Amino acid sequence: MKTGSRPANAWRWLLLIPVLALAFPALYARRDPVLFGFPFFYWYQFAWLFGSAAVTLLVYRKTR
Amino acid sequence: MSAPIDATALGVFIALFALVTVLGFIAARWHKADLSHINEWGLAGRRFGTLITWFLIGGDLYTAYTFIAVPAAVYGGGAAGFFAVPYTIVAYPFFFLIAPRLWNVCKRHSFVTAADFVEGRYGDRNLALAVAITGILATLPYIALQLIGMQVVISSLGIGGSGLAGDLPLFVAFVVLATYTYTSGLRAPAMIALVKDVMIYVTVVVAVVAVPMKLGGFAHVFAAADAAFAARPPGAPPASVILQPGAYWAYGTLAIGSAMALFLYPHAVTGILAASRGDAVRRNAVLLPAYSLALGLLALFGYMAIAAGLNIAKPNLAVPALIHALFPSWFAGFAFAAIAVGALVPAAIMSIAAANLWTRNVYKPFINPRATPQQEGQQAKLTSLVVKFGALAFVLAFSSQYAINLQLLGGVWMLQTLPAVVLGLFTRALHRTALLCGWFAGMATGTAMFLATGFKPTFALHAGGIAVAAYIAVEALAVNLLLAALLTPVFDRAGIARGTDATTAGDYEDEASAGLPIPTIA
Repeated sequence: MKTGSRPANAWRWLLLIPVLALAFPALYARRDPVLFGFPFFYWYQFAWLFGSAAVTLLVYRKTR
Repeated sequence: MSAPIDATALGVFIALFALVTVLGFIAARWHKADLSHINEWGLAGRRFGTLITWFLIGGDLYTAYTFIAVPAAVYGGGAAGFFAVPYTIVAYPFFFLIAPRLWNVCKRHSFVTAADFVEGRYGDRNLALAVAITGILATLPYIALQLIGMQVVISSLGIGGSGLAGDLPLFVAFVVLATYTYTSGLRAPAMIALVKDVMIYVTVVVAVVAVPMKLGGFAHVFAAADAAFAARPPGAPPASVILQPGAYWAYGTLAIGSAMALFLYPHAVTGILAASRGDAVRRNAVLLPAYSLALGLLALFGYMAIAAGLNIAKPNLAVPALIHALFPSWFAGFAFAAIAVGALVPAAIMSIAAANLWTRNVYKPFINPRATPQQEGQQAKLTSLVVKFGALAFVLAFSSQYAINLQLLGGVWMLQTLPAVVLGLFTRALHRTALLCGWFAGMATGTAMFLATGFKPTFALHAGGIAVAAYIAVEALAVNLLLAALLTPVFDRAGIARGTDATTAGDYEDEASAGLPIPTIA
């Protein structure tokens, strides 16, 4: 555990991805493509809800 | 403004409320221990595992007011009100980085509050006092908002309304809450959170499946909102289903700034510190976004209320009016009880958290340095009563708009403790006195900007002919950090002592990686 702590910490940079994906609405404030009736603006953010949890789970697994 | 009394809904509501009250008192016997000790009363002995922590923090952060106000913001303002969703997504990567470190160091040193940690880390009780006072001030209006959330559902049930008799149901609910919080401490909201969260999830799932079916699908719901916003008269506040370019920076900074402030709030810290292991905290970073999904779906209730063509006096009534219009009475009673109980859990935890701060970082260091753990416990219990009745008096005496404005300002203030608390978890690079100056500057500029914009959360900064409106808390934090960084070498050179650090690097890590001899168990 102790010896592996340096490379393990590098995994934490992945946590920046969901933050960057949501911090700039210019990336996703659009109507199209519509999915199941949801404009892109909404389903993109819902998708990142799952994406963020998945990234956090990955980092959790890799840094234990 | 009171609706006519619906006997079935009211009956279901009262029955569920009674059940929760019984649980609140029974909770005192859960993991039986000496409740006169602040560690037991205020943190339930730090023994909650992953699941209870999930219910506790979820029930704590996703408050009744959130469930009323976020859909109301979407109903009234469209996409701009949806920032609560990216906010509660981005919060968890942040939580994953800071919460386990905070839990570990507080466990090792028996710290009860974030301000306790600051005192231990910097050896400066004045900096700790600044953090504690910020937390208390930001929490009081937040408790008041829970009461407002409860008022909204009570009035939707047809009881309540104007005058002294109208305030009686709220008063009764609050006396009950105050009594079991006094006797059971943090165990009461933890146990009630189990029931409350299950009720909230049932309500959300049923409503999210049933309502769009009744309204002709999500495509129709969004189209109806589009049409309603487009039909607004020119003078009305602008709203749109897709965020407009002028609001991009406000949306992004509100989401990120609120996410960073969330886990600085005393009630969030209390929820984290009550966990039994660092791993339980870490797992919750993965599991807690389930509540954000519920919140995101509830936010769309704002559009559903538009699509349902309801005539609503105030945006805050969007959710209760929609539920009342589309569901049978017994389900409305169930859903309203879920929201009202959803106000009790955070109100209890917030009052406990504020009481812990007062006791540990004001009463003990400045008033009674020789207080025993029992005296601390007694002081905290009494403070929790004062705090709750203060919030009640505030809500009954003033317009709810005051509480809403103060809570917005509280978020701006809360973020100003980030340099001392969050950076402190990783580094001691900043000088304690520079941190105090930065905090003061952040509080002052944040408050000034908030007043200058007429109680709006965003302030436009002009640079090179372009005006960019961003979240005041973030702008004030920039001032705060800049000043703290600039003044650190100044104070160092002036020979002002750094203060002793009571913590070591290993205190922040889980025991296994801190190099302690832990036997391996497969």
